[in-house]
Amino acid sequence: MAWVDVCAVDDIEEEDVIRFDHGERTFAVYRSLEGDVFATDGLCTHEQVHLAGGLVMDETIECPKHNGRFNYQTGAALRAPVCEALRTYPARVSGDRIEIDI
Amino acid sequence: MTVMDQTFADRDYSLTGPESDAAVAKGLASADWYHSDVPRKEMKALMRRSDAAADRDTVLWIGLLVLTGCLGVLLWGTGWAVLFFAAYGVLYGSACDSRWHECGHGTAFKTEWKNDAVYHIASFMVMRNPIAWRWSHARHHTDTIIVGRDPEIAVMRPPDMVKLVLKFVGLPDAYFDLKRLGVNALGRLTADELEFIPESERGKAVYWARVHVGIYVATVVVALVTWSWAPLLLIGGPRIYGCWHMVLMGLMQHGGMAEDVLDHRLNSRTVLINPVSRWLYWNMNYHVEHHMFPMVPYHALPALHARIKGDLPAPDRSIVAAYRAMIGALLRQQREPGYAIRPVLPATARAFREDLHDLDVARGGA
Ligand code: FES
Repeated sequence: MAWVDVCAVDDIEEEDVIRFDHGERTFAVYRSLEGDVFATDGLCTHEQVHLAGGLVMDETIECPKHNGRFNYQTGAALRAPVCEALRTYPARVSGDRIEIDI
Repeated sequence: MTVMDQTFADRDYSLTGPESDAAVAKGLASADWYHSDVPRKEMKALMRRSDAAADRDTVLWIGLLVLTGCLGVLLWGTGWAVLFFAAYGVLYGSACDSRWHECGHGTAFKTEWKNDAVYHIASFMVMRNPIAWRWSHARHHTDTIIVGRDPEIAVMRPPDMVKLVLKFVGLPDAYFDLKRLGVNALGRLTADELEFIPESERGKAVYWARVHVGIYVATVVVALVTWSWAPLLLIGGPRIYGCWHMVLMGLMQHGGMAEDVLDHRLNSRTVLINPVSRWLYWNMNYHVEHHMFPMVPYHALPALHARIKGDLPAPDRSIVAAYRAMIGALLRQQREPGYAIRPVLPATARAFREDLHDLDVARGGA
């Protein structure tokens, strides 16, 4: 695992998500309403759709394809049609940058 | 040749036949679909959830159901009862479909338990197993009108016009829906259901089917004990005598449009309709918009339409206009099953992605 630079803190609005591609992999990086940062796999566990097109509400991310929901802070699957949890990764703010540990 | 003008032999619309494998082989299953461009900031505003609209609409809906149902029973034996049951029937047997749909997506209310509660009530009213249909509808959104993949294709080709007309009085749909609930209640799922419901959810599907069947059995018992039709007119019956508005709206969604394309502008229809129908149907007349962006709640669909209409075909101006076009297409499809309406895009629209639609989908005998 290694810390990887993602973007400036201000590049993600509060209560929002962006897509972050690194090598062959894709991630979703979140900023909560409180300003904390989080990271998960970028693709929904239901049908491999990019979660970055979805809606962040409180601690949940809603997938843009079938409205399945995850807790993006724990990865838990909250609403069908998602059944399988999402993998999460440590994320932190370093200076004015967001980094994730992948 | 495009999929719009090909001719072909009868298709197999089941999810377990050769069309399913063919769709996968052609890259039509779980594919990337066309989306109009909407900047993220605007899309976030359109997707924003709120309880306000659905709270208001649900209080009104339940209030009207109670009012018309009670008046129908109290005025039993008079002409007024017919009037009140006619209204009750549409509120129950038609409005349930849109409530089932929006709450199934989880977009109607911001509060999750409200979505779930209304979803279960509406699923019962529309005689759909709430678990099976949740998964069926997810598949409908993944593979919209992809033959062999989409379990919710309402108009199969060549269209059977008698069957379509009978739908307006709930036949044979209510019979088959009840039969399917009965089969599920016995602990069995159909071959198609096994195809799209994951194993972990199958027990729940059986449980809810038993709950629904139990309520229907209790209703029949009460009707027999009281020797009255009223219990059946209040519960279950509206799926037959009040479903006409749901069918009127539902057939417009995709009827006469293309199969096996990856662009909702080609296989779905947006129709401008009267405010009463829009309220009953919770704005699903903006159907292209809904399919393109299922995260946008029903109350924001008119705003979404205004935002992307430059990228969409012009909507049909009324229910009559939509039916005129659709019936013409369905009659033609009886002779030429490969025919589909090809919507005209405005000059401002982005390309059709013809590369995706110029697929060879000719079937055996074509
Ligand atoms: S792809 Fe995410 S809920 Fe289906």
